[in-house]
Amino acid sequence: MADREYGFKTRSIHAGNIPDGVHGARALPVYQSTSFVFDDTDDAAARFALQKYGNIYSRIGNPTVASFEERVASLEGGIGAVATASGMSAQYITFASILGAGDHIVSAASLYGGTVTQLDVTLRRFGVETTFVNSSDPKDFDAAVTDKTKAIFAETVSNPSGDITDLEGLADVAHSHHIPLIIDSTVATPYLCRPIEWGADVVTHSATKFLGGHGTTLGGVVVESGRFHWHSEKFPLFDEPVPSYGGLTWAGNFGEYAFLTRLRAEQLRDMGPTLAPHSAFLLAQGVETLPYRMQAHVDNARAVAEWLASDKRVTAVNWAGLSSHPHFERAQKYMPLGPGSVFSFEVAGGREVAQRMIESVNLASHVVNIGDAKTLIVHPASTTHAQLTSEQLIAAGVLPGVIRLSVGIEDADDIIYDLDQALTLALKG
Amino acid sequence: MATETITTQLQNGLSCDLPANSPLAKLLKSQRKWVGPDAKERLRILQNAKSVAIVGMSDKAARSSYFVGTYLLQSSNYRVYFVNPMITEVLGQKVYPDLASLPEVPDIVDVFRKGSDIPSVTEEVLAVGSPCMWVQLGIWNEQAAIDAEAKGLTVVMDRCLKVEHARFNGGLHLLGFDTGVITSRKTVR
Repeated sequence: MADREYGFKTRSIHAGNIPDGVHGARALPVYQSTSFVFDDTDDAAARFALQKYGNIYSRIGNPTVASFEERVASLEGGIGAVATASGMSAQYITFASILGAGDHIVSAASLYGGTVTQLDVTLRRFGVETTFVNSSDPKDFDAAVTDKTKAIFAETVSNPSGDITDLEGLADVAHSHHIPLIIDSTVATPYLCRPIEWGADVVTHSATKFLGGHGTTLGGVVVESGRFHWHSEKFPLFDEPVPSYGGLTWAGNFGEYAFLTRLRAEQLRDMGPTLAPHSAFLLAQGVETLPYRMQAHVDNARAVAEWLASDKRVTAVNWAGLSSHPHFERAQKYMPLGPGSVFSFEVAGGREVAQRMIESVNLASHVVNIGDAKTLIVHPASTTHAQLTSEQLIAAGVLPGVIRLSVGIEDADDIIYDLDQALTLALKG
Repeated sequence: MATETITTQLQNGLSCDLPANSPLAKLLKSQRKWVGPDAKERLRILQNAKSVAIVGMSDKAARSSYFVGTYLLQSSNYRVYFVNPMITEVLGQKVYPDLASLPEVPDIVDVFRKGSDIPSVTEEVLAVGSPCMWVQLGIWNEQAAIDAEAKGLTVVMDRCLKVEHARFNGGLHLLGFDTGVITSRKTVR
């Protein structure tokens, strides 16, 4: 083994994917098995007590899933990762592992609609309060922190407003209160931004999107830095003996590996939102080409955003790669290659024109997903964000005439041609 | 002007040069002066060893030493010895009162004792002639490490022998951790 930190493209293909010692399969084998045989009863007991490493049951861990987990951890610069059935369950087990009734989260207001309802409805029903901060200034997050606050949460690039999170500023606020900064980085992917390098402690992804890249497979992943000091009075569960694992303590027995070991051994065990092996295989195939796809995505996003910005039928383009965007400089700092390819624009004429435009496209696909190789288009006010109140809609940057694009990796000219003809038809009415 | 770089230890155990002013370098910057063997050197220590003695072995199942003992007995090929004057048997194995009582000189002495005990353990390790003192995760005595190295010992400190062995032998990989291991060769994991 060379003591070498291999490059991003090399690790996208090789990290976590080592030919197995028995058959030498070069591609990642799909271990489509619920369970794994023990060597003997001592082996079974030691695996169950977490005293040794080994597969037990695929709800807790699976070799195909492990390969995907190590790959993403390596690309994000984290200590490790736990994969989940979806991006929502990645966020959910992260919150569930560190929060209980009476605790509090400070979150950015500008979030994916499903995340808002997870925090504002489901977790609130469990006694966890969330304060949504309608600002991107770290000072406003600091002001919302109370002695009950256990985490600060934000997305790298908010969807669909295109705002860029001040990762370094939020990390400083979180760490001054001895709480972690949790960042959902689905839209950026580690190719464009690695939040852990800016101080984030936990990074979540919907792997369904750009990590997989093919729009075929649901999945999520939680990556942790291994740097946050969980053994503090804020997080007593890390130092209390765990009866179900023979009285061990997570911090005492696992040190910097405690958070992720606990996430796997408690949250996956108790709630079960596990990534399926075949899904892990498909997502890992996607990650092999992540750097090339993401470069093509941001190149096309730039071409499309510049075209839209120069068109009089369009009143606003919310892509922070344009110098007119309020977060242009912040995007240059955190995502110098480009702030992703998911952004929104607003058409003159409001809801009616927006809806007609979406019904007039031929190449872009009208779906709620993002991060496909194909260009995707949607009207957030009537779909992804339909569950939000009008105040929440405005806080999330979703106005009636706003259309969200997830720019794909087709020929940029073809994407622009399609949007152009759709706009023409929409305005004819 | 060339950017000043510093050698930084990454979370996965590898080291790399980063620009001194990068945020990652600042985050990983340690107050510690003593660094210890890098990933490649630790792998060599583990590969060359045939026997390991655990000093400060506990018979309590929740203790880290019990975890490491169980793991080494079941998942490694090492001859494993336990040392603790307070107990006589654990995990079906005899427990020795001190290093001098072992039937052989261990290649690695794995230490579960508090930081202030490290100098006296160093003397014991030197007295039996073992070449390597491995001080476990969470234990830190910088001056003792510097002194032990000056006396010819190879020292690893604040690292878990189980975790490091599992890093190179697949155990860590199975739990989704970044091992930093990249190879196109067939590997039993």
